[in-house]
Amino acid sequence: MKLPQVKVPAVRIPRLPFPYSAPTTPAGIEPVARKVRSGPAYDTSWARKLPARLGRSLLRDTVMRAGVRALAAPTVHGLDRLAALQEDGGPVIFAANHHSHIDTPLLQTSIPEPWKERIFVGAAADYFFRNPMTSALSALLIGAVPIDRSRINRTSADRAAGLIDDGWSLLIFPEGGRSPDGWGQPFRGGAAYLAVRCGVPVVPVHVHGTGRILRKGKKLPTPAATKVTFGVPLVPQEDDDARRLGARIEQAVAELADEVTTDWWSARRRAHAGDTPSLTGPDATGWRRAWALGDPSRRTRREKRRWPDL
Amino acid sequence: MPRPGFVLDVDRSTPPIVFHHGEGFRLEKLPAGRSRVLYPGEPLAPLDDVEAAISHALDHPLGDSEPLRALLRPGMKLTICFDDISLPLPPMRRPDIRQRVIEAVLDRAAAAGVDDVHIIAALALHRRMTEDELRHAVGDRVYDAFAPSGLLYNHDAEDPDNLAFLGTTPHGEEVEINKRAAESDLIVYVNINLVSMDGGHKSTATGLASYRSLRHHHNVQAMLDSKSFMDRHSSELHHSNWRMGKVIRDAGVKIFQIESTLNNDTFGQSGPMSVLQKREWEWNARDRASFVTMKAALDRMPVKARRAIFQAWKAPYGVTSVQAGEVEAVHERTTHNVFAQQLVEVEGQTDVLTMGLPYICPYNVNSIMNPILVACLGLGYFFNMYRGRPLVREGGVVIMSHPTSSEFHPVHHPSYIDFFEQVLADTTDPKEIEQRYEKQYAEDEWYRHLYRTSYAYHGVHPFYMWYWACHGMAHAGKVVVVGGETKAVRRLGFTPASTLQDALEMAEDVVGRDPTVTHIHNPPLVMADVT
Repeated sequence: MKLPQVKVPAVRIPRLPFPYSAPTTPAGIEPVARKVRSGPAYDTSWARKLPARLGRSLLRDTVMRAGVRALAAPTVHGLDRLAALQEDGGPVIFAANHHSHIDTPLLQTSIPEPWKERIFVGAAADYFFRNPMTSALSALLIGAVPIDRSRINRTSADRAAGLIDDGWSLLIFPEGGRSPDGWGQPFRGGAAYLAVRCGVPVVPVHVHGTGRILRKGKKLPTPAATKVTFGVPLVPQEDDDARRLGARIEQAVAELADEVTTDWWSARRRAHAGDTPSLTGPDATGWRRAWALGDPSRRTRREKRRWPDL
Repeated sequence: MPRPGFVLDVDRSTPPIVFHHGEGFRLEKLPAGRSRVLYPGEPLAPLDDVEAAISHALDHPLGDSEPLRALLRPGMKLTICFDDISLPLPPMRRPDIRQRVIEAVLDRAAAAGVDDVHIIAALALHRRMTEDELRHAVGDRVYDAFAPSGLLYNHDAEDPDNLAFLGTTPHGEEVEINKRAAESDLIVYVNINLVSMDGGHKSTATGLASYRSLRHHHNVQAMLDSKSFMDRHSSELHHSNWRMGKVIRDAGVKIFQIESTLNNDTFGQSGPMSVLQKREWEWNARDRASFVTMKAALDRMPVKARRAIFQAWKAPYGVTSVQAGEVEAVHERTTHNVFAQQLVEVEGQTDVLTMGLPYICPYNVNSIMNPILVACLGLGYFFNMYRGRPLVREGGVVIMSHPTSSEFHPVHHPSYIDFFEQVLADTTDPKEIEQRYEKQYAEDEWYRHLYRTSYAYHGVHPFYMWYWACHGMAHAGKVVVVGGETKAVRRLGFTPASTLQDALEMAEDVVGRDPTVTHIHNPPLVMADVT
């Protein structure tokens, strides 16, 4: 006897009716754009609301500070140069050189009041905002705002300018990314452009020693002493354009680098003589750049002394 | 708009007045109907952009001086001198104005290609400044750039190899100053002018001088003839320094003077200490609570803890002016600016002058206020804060409030200990002290050694403190110290009293019944223009 074939229906979980689920879009109507969850257009405004700021502040003053102290043992110099700006209390742009992922927490724990609570970080959209998880974490933990470094993006610039106009300060690394070889990279114009557009001062900052901790290509950090030096604020002049101010920022950071490796007086003399060493290192390739860098951590470790066999 | 200083006539509704009392306070009720209180003006508005003001001053000098840039050239010898730890009081919050000015000067020197630069703390016979104190004054950047190579250092007034004799004034005063400075192509002197006594030719002629030179104006007669030494035109101390300044100039030493003035924002406009700057009837509930809490806590603390708290205080002074150029032209402008903050017009003298002495004077920064310094602060500095006539009439009574404990800092004030135990035990007469003891202390090899190698004030320094007070001593009929240690107060030749009321009764024995009383309210500093 041939049993009749029974058609087993596919199991379907019943969908909750509207309004308990999302509505469907009628035909012929342009669907509503889905919320962007990553990339340059990611909306970070939630991370600047009070609960997120409190959380970030708590994290910065506990875990982040302890971690930075353990890994980077920073000494901070030049805060006295910010005294006048501190009294004014308006937004500023902190422009620093960039060697390591630890640069951001290091600077966030070094930047003084009144800016440290209302600061956002210009972060590479293609790296920090590459997926929804990293986007949310970057926005929440470091107050990052995506900057499209692959092309000139009006949205990124407008958003950053809007925040500065609202009284937020910006921490940005004008090199656009971490140093690939220990030397600096030419500064891009974003910081200068925003400073001229918003009429806010730029504080040049030099970070020394973080390249040894977590440089590009390294997975695990190595503790090392670091120095953060704040420079004399650069106020955009009436005849300043972004290109001219950008050059001044790069020069100021280079002078701070010289000040850190020598002393203030020698650095000032070289600056006036036009002899400040460039951040980008010698115009050469390969080993000559590494050699000129003179980074002690790159030198071959001396062999351990052995006792002679007797 | 800050309110100017004024004189308050005390009536029955006047609340008790705050008296500084060393590292503590007293609230004292002054007799109604015959007392008045001299209140300082509120802090003047500070400069908006100090760096711009410094640049303007360096580029637009006063007098017949050229701009600083024009005076700098490659191959020259440049010496930058700056006021020592005795200024300002209390020390100011970072960045110190000296640092800001010195950095601006050095920046121009760097631009001009000047290689040979020395930076000297012009401390005359004061103690040497420690590394921390130097760092605070000139900033870490300047310190790290110059000190390790020995180019930033304290002036040594006892180094015979580094002193230069420049000549003698028509009055026979010998002028001997730091050799490096004297042989420089340019001295840039960086002042902080907290009071009108500071600055002018006194900067170089005193700050960089030796005992041989200083004794000509740091003596009893010069002090008695300085009425007061806060008013340059009536001060023999300054006349002598001005004569010496002329000798220095005639010897070919070129000085570019930079002077700066501060407002009197000593304890800030907010925070628990700010109450000390407010007028008592304007204290709100919070002010009263903070004062009561602060006083109760201080009264229960050991003296070392109290001292540590006060000595750690850094004043949020605002810079009100910076001027540079030729010494005398600069100083005229500076004095005008100091007076704008401190001078208050007062009509007539008083029978009794009262003052609450604070925890600090120019010679006990990071140190201990010993009895000799108490005498110097009260009868030297506070008494001399006048122009025209002293606030108290001749033969009147000065009442000072201070614990006056016979405690000395053994490192900073070694010769003070011997001065107190040996000299004052013998006599308190300044002239006799000068004649009998000064030379012996000034030339003592051990004090000389401590001054040069440790952090001790020079052996002769306690004498100068005593001379500083001699105009006040000669003028007043009696000096009473309220709340002081009896033995120490008597050793100074003053009268101890437990309370202000007792002191006022003692005063009546000298000046008669129901005397008029004037109180100098501090902080902050105030100077009386007595008509």
